[in-house]
Amino acid sequence: MTAVQPPQSEWLDQDAGPVVRPYALTGGLTRPSGQRFDLLDMVGVVRRAAQEMPHLTPEQAEVLDRCQIPAPLVDLAADMNLPVGVIRILVSDLRERGLVTIHRARQAGVDDLKIMQEVVDGLRRI
Amino acid sequence: MAYDVSDRTAADSLMTIKILVAGGFGAGKTTLVGSVSEIAPLRTEETLSERSEMVDSLYGVEQKSTTTVAMDFGRITIRKDLVVYLFGTPGQQRFWFMWDDLAYGALGAVVMADERRLADCFPSVDYFEAKGIPFVVAVNCFDGVRRHPLESITQALNLAPDVPVIACDARRRDSSRDVLVALAEHAIARFRGRRAA
Repeated sequence: MTAVQPPQSEWLDQDAGPVVRPYALTGGLTRPSGQRFDLLDMVGVVRRAAQEMPHLTPEQAEVLDRCQIPAPLVDLAADMNLPVGVIRILVSDLRERGLVTIHRARQAGVDDLKIMQEVVDGLRRI
Repeated sequence: MAYDVSDRTAADSLMTIKILVAGGFGAGKTTLVGSVSEIAPLRTEETLSERSEMVDSLYGVEQKSTTTVAMDFGRITIRKDLVVYLFGTPGQQRFWFMWDDLAYGALGAVVMADERRLADCFPSVDYFEAKGIPFVVAVNCFDGVRRHPLESITQALNLAPDVPVIACDARRRDSSRDVLVALAEHAIARFRGRRAA
């Protein structure tokens, strides 16, 4: 895992805001390329060797790492503590390079009453 | 992180459930999402597409423009491969026709209401009624004081009698949870009712 650790210093903590500006994380790209995708769309790695590819930023490498099993776009943003806009750009760049695919998440419908009952029970437990 | 992605056994088995949290500015959307989410609520800017037709065009050209809105996001893992996603969406009238992207496939919606500014939630109520998306109205009692009986809110908002109106304190996890449970139960009941009809 190539998770970027938050800066450990007595002077800079999370409250100080990002030390690195978002565009620095996206290689200067400011908008995603190609077809737009939904917040819940699933990002999955195409081939495992992808991580050894050169010219990947640490964040892109982390995206690949996390998407060995497809993960929703919005989860990547939450778990990597990066703005959704940055994740969109990183992911669309990876897609252009053929390293990830994006597909719609399966949404549970209200017609699946067994699942819905699980949801009700699950919500009650929180 | 509540779970690691590597815990998921099969890629395509992750099933998502989308719940929208709408309502006027300052009605408690962010607070509700934050009190039930297992992750720190993420505030994100989302680009929504807006379909506008050019009225004076002879060729029926459709233009698409985009607007950026702030959105809250939260997550509740029911089980490893069944996850509820909460999206707090802006309730201003000028955005309500752009909710279609967000509302697509949503299980239902929570409309947060502030009794002092009840009219703020009219656009949200109108939208979900028009789209046939099940919703509940959560009356956020900021100071634990309820000013009006809940029935009067049903009347004031001209709600169908089966739409649940619940008093809640969005800061409290258990109270916000009850709102979500009520929504899920309402969505199920409505589905059953339709099927039986």
